[in-house]
Amino acid sequence: MILIVVEHSNGKVSKSTYEMITAARESGREGPVTALVLGSSVASVASEIALVVDQVLVADKPELTQYDAELWSAAVAQIASEGEAHTVLIGGSRSGREFSPRVAVKLDAPLLEDVISLKDNSGVLIAERYTFLARVTEKVEAQGPVVVATIKPGIFTPAAPGTNAVEQFDADLDLPPRRLQVTGKTAEKTSRIALAEAEVVVAGGRGVGSAEGFTKLVEGLADEIGAAVAATRAIVDSGWRPYSEQVGQTGKTVQPKAYIAIGISGAVQHLSGMNKSKYIVAINKDADAPIFKIADYGIIGDVQQVVPAMIEELRKK
Amino acid sequence: MRILTYIRQVLDAEESVRVRDQAVDLEGSKLVMDTMDEYGVEEALRLRESGIEAEVIALGVGPARMQDALRTALAMGADRAIHVQTDIALDPIAVSKVVAEIAKEEGVELILSGGQQADWDSHALAAATAERLNWPQATWTSALELKDKTLTGKHDVDEGSETFTLSLPAVITTQQGLNDPRYPTLPNIMKSKKKELKQLTLDQFAITAKLKPLGAEIQVKARLKKILDGKDAPAAASQLVQLLRNEARVIA
Repeated sequence: MILIVVEHSNGKVSKSTYEMITAARESGREGPVTALVLGSSVASVASEIALVVDQVLVADKPELTQYDAELWSAAVAQIASEGEAHTVLIGGSRSGREFSPRVAVKLDAPLLEDVISLKDNSGVLIAERYTFLARVTEKVEAQGPVVVATIKPGIFTPAAPGTNAVEQFDADLDLPPRRLQVTGKTAEKTSRIALAEAEVVVAGGRGVGSAEGFTKLVEGLADEIGAAVAATRAIVDSGWRPYSEQVGQTGKTVQPKAYIAIGISGAVQHLSGMNKSKYIVAINKDADAPIFKIADYGIIGDVQQVVPAMIEELRKK
Repeated sequence: MRILTYIRQVLDAEESVRVRDQAVDLEGSKLVMDTMDEYGVEEALRLRESGIEAEVIALGVGPARMQDALRTALAMGADRAIHVQTDIALDPIAVSKVVAEIAKEEGVELILSGGQQADWDSHALAAATAERLNWPQATWTSALELKDKTLTGKHDVDEGSETFTLSLPAVITTQQGLNDPRYPTLPNIMKSKKKELKQLTLDQFAITAKLKPLGAEIQVKARLKKILDGKDAPAAASQLVQLLRNEARVIA
């Protein structure tokens, strides 16, 4: 069977899970697509996923309220062994990429990380993935009877739910103790559309000048067009913006229809988080900024002049 | 206590990537210690300098040139280095076996490793090593303190960040923001030449790589490059809005 570890939040199945189901079905690997739901009070998640897979396993336990790499990897490896899964698919989220290596070691399996394609070739799994800060596409082959893969979000088309729900089974788990104690949490909050799901992203770099400049230019433009807001590492390190808005090697990876970069020079670490965007728009006063090399549209000019003029132009309609 | 800082040698971020014969060609390019790993070396040194009785060991797995990166770690202040030489490009799950075995042999209690590798874009090494040792892990750490064998820190998770506590032994992944890595000074570079750099070969470890590279290519998306002169800001802004509306059709 193909085991999919369901990603969910606030009682709903995440888009990344539907993408994993497509990856599973299009891989050419045989056997039922089985969803594993881990969490507590996850009945709604289990019912939702039951409309789109062949089997559902649910571990609804208070110990699973809070994610933990050791608990999650133990649960997934146990279910994969007992169900004789030959393929284990995990989301390419921060947590998925953190616990999946432990699953691979437990199962003595190879790990395909953050894949953008997945195809069976006579029992061998072949995948493509981005490497070298997302500048190279590499093709790799995973050998062995069991393969673990994390699926890069935003690549596969989300699977459409059917109308018939499959039966749900309770998973009986033997969980290890929790060793990493979480003592506090800072949650991301935004009134705007989520960065990973936005069709248009407006991003700001040092060139916006100040936190106030970011609010006026980047948030101002984003609100005018209903876009999500993003920032560079430099801006986040300066404390102007929260980490949740950071795009790049150490932040989020996005691929919207349009990425509008305001006052961003285009360091390779930042580009690795957005260089797959359909259209890249750059506004920067420095004509030699690397961002212009990958821009579809752009203006070489003062962001303090150009962006307010754009906002005004948009309001005219 | 002993702290192991795992380092890798990668293409300098300022260099452009080349592909030849279906593989990335590093010949003649500037190679440096992975910046993500520099934070690990720095953090190990800071823990030692904070008064904890600690020996800092830098470990690298790779071809002969890997020694340059290990020398950098020694010049930054690591006490000694271990180089496991191999010309085979091993995947992180395979490498984790080497790291775990050396950690065990050396009686290491804390392993530091970069959050994401700048060449394989992988996050896997630290967690895989932790699993092999049956140790806990904290990834994407941006603050760390050690007191009486207990680590407290802050790290990034899916939606936001968390503060945590963790008892040693443990594996930690490092990232930008954790500290400001020092540059090796000339006296320290001189001193580092006398430090121990132990050489091992991969044959000493029973490693089977289960991932095989099949090919690599640089897919450059053709960009339109319609760049306007912004001297007349209102005119350029108006033109850009029109292009986004009517040509790219990305805004209403």
